[in-house]
Amino acid sequence: MRKLSFSMATCEAMAEEMALDDKIFVMGEDLARQGGIFGQFKGLPEKFPGRVIDTPISETFIIGGGVGAALAGARPVVDMHFADFIGVCMDEIFNQMAKVRYMFGGQAKVPLVLRAPDGMTIQGAAQHSQAVEAWFCHIPGIQVVAPSNPEDAKAVLKAAIRSDNPVIYFENKILYKETAMVPEIADEVPYTIGKAKVRREGKDVTIVSYSIGMKNALGAAERLAKEGIEAEVIDLISLSPWDKEAVLTSVKKTHRLCIAHEAVKQGGFGAEIAATVAEEAIEYLDAPILRYGAPFCPIPFAPTLEKMVRVFPEDLVKGIKGMFE
Amino acid sequence: MKVSKEQALKFYETMCLIREFETSVKHDFLNGEIPGFVHLYIGEEAVATGICAALDDTDYIESTHRGHGHCIAKGADVDRMMAEIFGKKTGLCKGKGGSMHIADFSVGMLGANGVVGGGYNLAAGAALANKMILKNDRVSVVFFGDGASNRGTFHEAANVSSAWKLPTIFVNEMNQWASTTPYETTTAVKDISDRAKGYHMPAVIADGKNVFEVYAAAVGAVERARAGEGPTFIECKTFRVEGHFVGDPELYRTREYVKENAALNDPLTWFDRTMTRKNGYIDGVIEPQELEAVRAAAKEKIVKAKEFAMSSEYPDPDQYTADLYL
Repeated sequence: MRKLSFSMATCEAMAEEMALDDKIFVMGEDLARQGGIFGQFKGLPEKFPGRVIDTPISETFIIGGGVGAALAGARPVVDMHFADFIGVCMDEIFNQMAKVRYMFGGQAKVPLVLRAPDGMTIQGAAQHSQAVEAWFCHIPGIQVVAPSNPEDAKAVLKAAIRSDNPVIYFENKILYKETAMVPEIADEVPYTIGKAKVRREGKDVTIVSYSIGMKNALGAAERLAKEGIEAEVIDLISLSPWDKEAVLTSVKKTHRLCIAHEAVKQGGFGAEIAATVAEEAIEYLDAPILRYGAPFCPIPFAPTLEKMVRVFPEDLVKGIKGMFE
Repeated sequence: MKVSKEQALKFYETMCLIREFETSVKHDFLNGEIPGFVHLYIGEEAVATGICAALDDTDYIESTHRGHGHCIAKGADVDRMMAEIFGKKTGLCKGKGGSMHIADFSVGMLGANGVVGGGYNLAAGAALANKMILKNDRVSVVFFGDGASNRGTFHEAANVSSAWKLPTIFVNEMNQWASTTPYETTTAVKDISDRAKGYHMPAVIADGKNVFEVYAAAVGAVERARAGEGPTFIECKTFRVEGHFVGDPELYRTREYVKENAALNDPLTWFDRTMTRKNGYIDGVIEPQELEAVRAAAKEKIVKAKEFAMSSEYPDPDQYTADLYL
């Protein structure tokens, strides 16, 4: 074990996979000279000359070209700079990347990873701060993952690269600098896309989150523990497919459910979780489902305003305590 | 460019096969036997034929919603094509794609695209992978209409293809109509190929009814691409004889206009007329009865293709999620 940042963990995953398979290559903006604008590709251009490609500012090419490269037999990892720019190449994602395998009756496969740095960071404002994962969970044909810590960052990225399906890998910009112990390569546990992890066991309430939202979930659980409420915390890691069984099993044990994410609450992925639990386990619930997300508002610039669209651990603590009153 | 008589007959065979296929599809669509939307390639046969004749099986093409001609010219099996258009399980895409998403990866036909202008980047990406990652000499062709040339995706794919000298070949089927809109009312240039200059890309204009001219342009473009010299833009002047789709009431143009332009641009009558007398494309001539034999064989093949499609079953309903994920 050694301490690694989330960002370095992704670099390791890339380097190890690229060393194993020379069909893997990377393309996106600002990678070859700068190692990515968040340093998440550092060292790769030197290690793999010719396989880390700086593109023009051409998002439809970055994704569409990635899909074409995959159809030709390569295994592209493409970078979206900021997840907010995904809208520029939405057709390439939902009509090409997601559809070509299915609509051609399985003749094609698209082993492509789309890396998408997302979330609020130092006042990025409306077009550089969003969490847009829910859009893609509505599209059959792609997989969506959003790890929350360095160890998972590495294991999940490796799984995404090895997958023969197109995978969107959301990586939160605040998490890049987070450090934690990460197993050596020999001790790594391979990740299976679609599996959640129970981060903390508890019997009183289930908190479900993913990505940066796990900070709130774990932070709230710690505070609740001091007040005698034992929260079980589930890190979904994968959103499409998502581990319904893990959530249902936990809710059937705790009888209470709280869901939290940074993305806008309306139509957010939390709605899918809440609806599923309501459909399949409502009789187990002792309290209404609690759901936290950003209010229905673009991300504002000024710190005083941005604070208003964030979710904090205190919000969860307050709400969960209310479930027991 | 001169070709062998054998090669010329091969061109004719492909063009007739496309014409017969499309004629049969039109008939069966109007009969209500074919569901969905179909967009016919009638009148544009020489373009797909001339271009694909210059390609190997391992080269790639990205096609359009008007893609049956590209698919046939690239060598797809017409029985399985027809079955796909009928939505049968023996179809190339097991009935999941239909006319607008027809594909045959076994011959390098990477799919028709229901999104106009959706193919450029896929072709450029395949070209990038082949040149820079997989290190082979395969080329990628993207077919697109004058309407599609107004998509921003053209710019992105043309720019990278030229900047990186990718083996991408841009084949513009200038058929003068973007659905119901005459191209000149929405397009800033008269010759779409003028746009190639902006990317430092060589451009050729070919007469789209003349399969030899299209073929010669394609041979040059393929040579350049394989030699690492980058993309070429080929504009083929042609004419969309049918409506945008079968069943289009065509309120936007007159029958006389269509008839006149169809006659002026028809690649089959041009071929018949040119080949049966002394010409600059082959040594000697092709006898009318030889042409008739090719036409009859094509017709026969398409009758059989329809029989195959009709006698095939629809996909089992439980197959609806098959081939979604690996």
